[in-house]
Amino acid sequence: MFTLSPIGFVTPWLLIALAALPILWIILRAIPPAPIRRAFPGVALLLGLEDEDSEADRTPWWLLLLRMLAVAAMIFGFSGPILNPEPVETGSGPLVVLVDDSYAAAPDWRPRLEAADRRLEAAASTGRRVAVVALNDLPPEGGLPLRSAADAQARLDGLLPKAWPVDHAPALDWLDTVDEGFDTLWLSDGLAGDSRAALARELQSRGALTVSEPPAPRIGLQPARIADGMVRLSATRSTSDAAQTIDLTGQGPDPAGIERELARATLTFEQGATEAVTEISLPPELRNRIARFEVEGLRSAGTVTLADDTLRRRKVALIGGDSEEGLELLSPLHYLREALVPTADVLEGALSDLIAASPDVVVLADVPALAPSDKDALEEWVAEGGLLLRFAGPRLAAADTGRAEEDPLLPVRLRVGGREVGGAMSWGEPRTLAPFPEDSPFYGLAIPDDIEVTSQVLAEPGPLLAERTIAELVDGTPLVTRKTLADGQVVLIHVSANAEWSSLPLSGLFVQMLERLAVSTRTGTPDAGELEGTTWVPETLLDGFGALDDAGERPGVPGEELTQGVGPDLPPGLYADEDRRVAVNVIGEDTVLRPAAWPAGVVPEWQGEREETDLSGWLLLLALAALAVDVIASLFLTGRLSGKRGKAAATAAVIGVALMIAPQYARAQDEAKATPIDEAALVAAAGEVTLAYVRTGNAQLDRVSEAGLQGLGQQLFARTSVEPVAPVGIDIETDELAVYPLLYWPVEETQPAPSSEAYAKLNAYLRGGGMIVFDTRDGDVAGFGSGATAEGTRLRSLARPLDIPPLEPIPNDHVLTRTFYLLADFPGRYFGQSVWVESSPPDAERAEGMPFRNLNDGVTPVLIGGNDWASAWAVNENGSPMFPVGRGFAGERQREMAYRFGVNLVMHVLTGNYKSDQVHVPALLERLGQ
Amino acid sequence: MTLPLRPRAEALAAPLPPLLAEASQLARGVVLGEHGRRRPGMGDAFWQYRTAQPGDPARSIDWRRSARSDVHFVAEKEWQAAQSVVFWVDRGQSMQFSSEKNLVTKADRAALLSLAAAVLLVQAGERVGLTDMGIRPMRGEVQLGRVAERLADKTPQDYGVPDVSILPRHSRAVFISDFMADPGPVEEALATAADRGVQGVLLQVLDPSEEAFPFDGRTVFHSMGNTLEFETRKAGELRDRYLARLARRKERLTAMAGLTGWRFHTHHTNDSPASALLWMYQALEGRA
Repeated sequence: MFTLSPIGFVTPWLLIALAALPILWIILRAIPPAPIRRAFPGVALLLGLEDEDSEADRTPWWLLLLRMLAVAAMIFGFSGPILNPEPVETGSGPLVVLVDDSYAAAPDWRPRLEAADRRLEAAASTGRRVAVVALNDLPPEGGLPLRSAADAQARLDGLLPKAWPVDHAPALDWLDTVDEGFDTLWLSDGLAGDSRAALARELQSRGALTVSEPPAPRIGLQPARIADGMVRLSATRSTSDAAQTIDLTGQGPDPAGIERELARATLTFEQGATEAVTEISLPPELRNRIARFEVEGLRSAGTVTLADDTLRRRKVALIGGDSEEGLELLSPLHYLREALVPTADVLEGALSDLIAASPDVVVLADVPALAPSDKDALEEWVAEGGLLLRFAGPRLAAADTGRAEEDPLLPVRLRVGGREVGGAMSWGEPRTLAPFPEDSPFYGLAIPDDIEVTSQVLAEPGPLLAERTIAELVDGTPLVTRKTLADGQVVLIHVSANAEWSSLPLSGLFVQMLERLAVSTRTGTPDAGELEGTTWVPETLLDGFGALDDAGERPGVPGEELTQGVGPDLPPGLYADEDRRVAVNVIGEDTVLRPAAWPAGVVPEWQGEREETDLSGWLLLLALAALAVDVIASLFLTGRLSGKRGKAAATAAVIGVALMIAPQYARAQDEAKATPIDEAALVAAAGEVTLAYVRTGNAQLDRVSEAGLQGLGQQLFARTSVEPVAPVGIDIETDELAVYPLLYWPVEETQPAPSSEAYAKLNAYLRGGGMIVFDTRDGDVAGFGSGATAEGTRLRSLARPLDIPPLEPIPNDHVLTRTFYLLADFPGRYFGQSVWVESSPPDAERAEGMPFRNLNDGVTPVLIGGNDWASAWAVNENGSPMFPVGRGFAGERQREMAYRFGVNLVMHVLTGNYKSDQVHVPALLERLGQ
Repeated sequence: MTLPLRPRAEALAAPLPPLLAEASQLARGVVLGEHGRRRPGMGDAFWQYRTAQPGDPARSIDWRRSARSDVHFVAEKEWQAAQSVVFWVDRGQSMQFSSEKNLVTKADRAALLSLAAAVLLVQAGERVGLTDMGIRPMRGEVQLGRVAERLADKTPQDYGVPDVSILPRHSRAVFISDFMADPGPVEEALATAADRGVQGVLLQVLDPSEEAFPFDGRTVFHSMGNTLEFETRKAGELRDRYLARLARRKERLTAMAGLTGWRFHTHHTNDSPASALLWMYQALEGRA
């Protein structure tokens, strides 16, 4: 192929014909348009007349130009011009497609695969064998996994980016085991790597190396931090050539538990800067709910940063005993305040007020007894999942709380008085802390030498004491005890919260211990030392595109490994240890993204999304159009344009040109029509009763749904005053739902779950009085919710995020049984299975003298069953049933009952509890009679 | 147009009153057949009574009239003599021209007009014939048949030349042509006719395009028989000069006709043939 920058030619030698153009010019110029021969008896009168104009017979220049244009366009057209031509595949022998399948490649994953696809297509045409090698998933040593180009394409399409960076060193080792020569297409992710240059040189030595690398900078979102009460968001990028603005969104559950956007920020990279920082102010309630920040429009694990405890600020209620005025340093709360204020929202006040503020933690510092009402409230609060942290002190030691029997709000029974060691009036040395046992939450914390305990309250020995002790002194007496109380826990520190009894509150260990107890939260990434000895279990993991996935059953990760950076062994995600959460993000606070450095001679290229465009069609069209114009012009020149026949010819030429261009227009209009937003259809649907079904993506199923609603619509039309228009298939992701009274949702095993936005829309729809009919179409073999069929399982996962009220099988007096027909069963193609609707309120009572209870006001938002109603309703275009139901007459009867159920259903949706109100008719009539 | 020529001609002639030489007699409209000369002579119709003159044969005296008076009267009959009308219809190639598909050729129109006139004349008892028929004008249906047959003949020449081989003295003549050719032969024929005391009409049949010259662009004009050719690059610019030449040709023909007591008329093939027939009818009878 001959290439002129953006345009290449398939058969460039045809362009030689362009040289003939001047000759053509001369020839054409000498040959004027052929005269018309016209029989005309009046010629006798013409003889002897002369043309006034004595110019020689020549073709006018503009006609010549037109013809030259036509010929030139034809020559160019036939020489196969191609816009943005693919570099032609010249090599032979094996081709290796090397893929940097890292998170950084994810944002433009599709385009880069397509670029490789084009190369593979070319390779397929020359019969080259191809090996696709993903750097994070190297093939076994000893040879290239060569296969045909078509197979390689399939393998390439199946590749997904990993959520961690690539390491090129193993690839170098692997290459050592391969001794063939090959050409390489390297789909680079554009980030610097230690061995990248070495690998590139090695590949160059094996054969031609082509590097495909998108020029856009890679962006990494760094973990969000809290600084001075503001959320600090920062991002880094690999190149700093141009100013760039990215939008960030903070996602998290709303109070209803549905994931949605909670915060939004804009980050601007200045020109020449690789870092961008912004701070946003968020109310604590909102901030605590944020689960992750992500860069809008860039799907990559690197552009998502998960929020963990560092973003959360716990509410800690501090309640201390009375302290003497002025003795601030002796106040039991002073050290707690100092330790907690930087990392938690500290509340102080009366206990009753504080519990109403629903704190995460309540700290009682040397408070031996509480008022009975406060005590009950506190107990209840702990049982619901609160953490009560108590400190000992002189008062607790003196009080008789928890002496005789175990106080619910103390983990252990206490012995009277406590003890003092190592003081002026006592013998023995001050005790130090014993190393934390392995099952202790404090396991792994380094114990400073200078911590001394001089006084403590002692626990009454008992069978549970050892189990409840999570920290002890060297002599085995408990320092910290803990017990669970329903969902919550009570922790007692056996020393005081001030420095009177021990030096513990003065030490850094105190803060770490509070953190381990999830009383306070860290302000930064934990270092390995802090995490020593802990085990973290992944809860959710990020994939390469930055999507969160349930981690499933995965082994826990030792805490010290959490800081070592992501990789196959530590995929990014949210890791949990008891109540604490640590986010492992791809981009750390100090991660620097540098552009890939290539050895000399390797120039990355990027075809991008520019597709090869074959221009020959357009050029030939231009030539044809020019020739058509030439027809008209020639007709004009020779005078054939006047007169009827001339006009007809001109019209034909114009129509011919129009026909050549028309298909292009038609196609363009088709494309325009394909846009999803069709307001006219929406308005039409709003104007009429329109039944709708959810498109599942299974064409066959959607057809049945449509035919079913069509059949039901016909029955409604024939039997009732409801006259629905043709049913509509709904894409719940994009379509407006509000105008449809009823959504029929056949549950399909493989149906993708709707997005959270779609769920929000569905919930709004349900709250607004809409109704969704879920049909598992499985005959509900094992009963509702058993999960015995794939559809049943799928239904449960699909419906989980929906606002669905408690359900019950349709009771006999439900309004659905009598909105139009009196029904006892609700068959579709299956029958006899229970159908579930919103349960009636427990206080529903049968009205006096009425056969029915006064049930819930309004329409059930969901109806769940598995009777495959749409199949029973479905009619084909002739109006005859599409599927058999049952056998013989009984089957037809069943179909009839299915239609009756459908009629009742639509009536129920449209009239609500109207039929329910009918039970009052006798009473109303009686009143009117008076 | 698919009907044979004669039925068409008769159909055209049907609505016209019989061709009578004199307007007065036409008004009376009683005499069908012979061509009264409004003067005494041989004939069947009574003309007038006159007193018998010496020399009148006795059997010419109308005794019934004479018995009512003292003198003898002779009943004179109106002179009734059949007139000869000869047609020259140009059957050259140029007459085969028609500019549009739905226009008849000039030859068609000329034949139709001439035969219609012949039908009328035969109905009126005149003798009709063609100048190039080889036989003298005769009356009767058979003659009409011969004329119609003869009109269907064509000559290979481009432009027809008037044939005056059969042109009886004091007869009437009708020349139908497009008169596009050299007018010399026409002039000679007219002179010959005038010498023989023949009067008549010149009917020029033209195609509308010959009158309008709606041509433009580079064109090679050729005659129907391809004997003449003329090329121009801008036919549109020739229009005015062509039309001037055509007008001069008409003037010349009119002048020639005036000199010899003939009448000249131009008929276009897109006009109704009835109007041309009416004109011819009137022109023939006006000079009776």
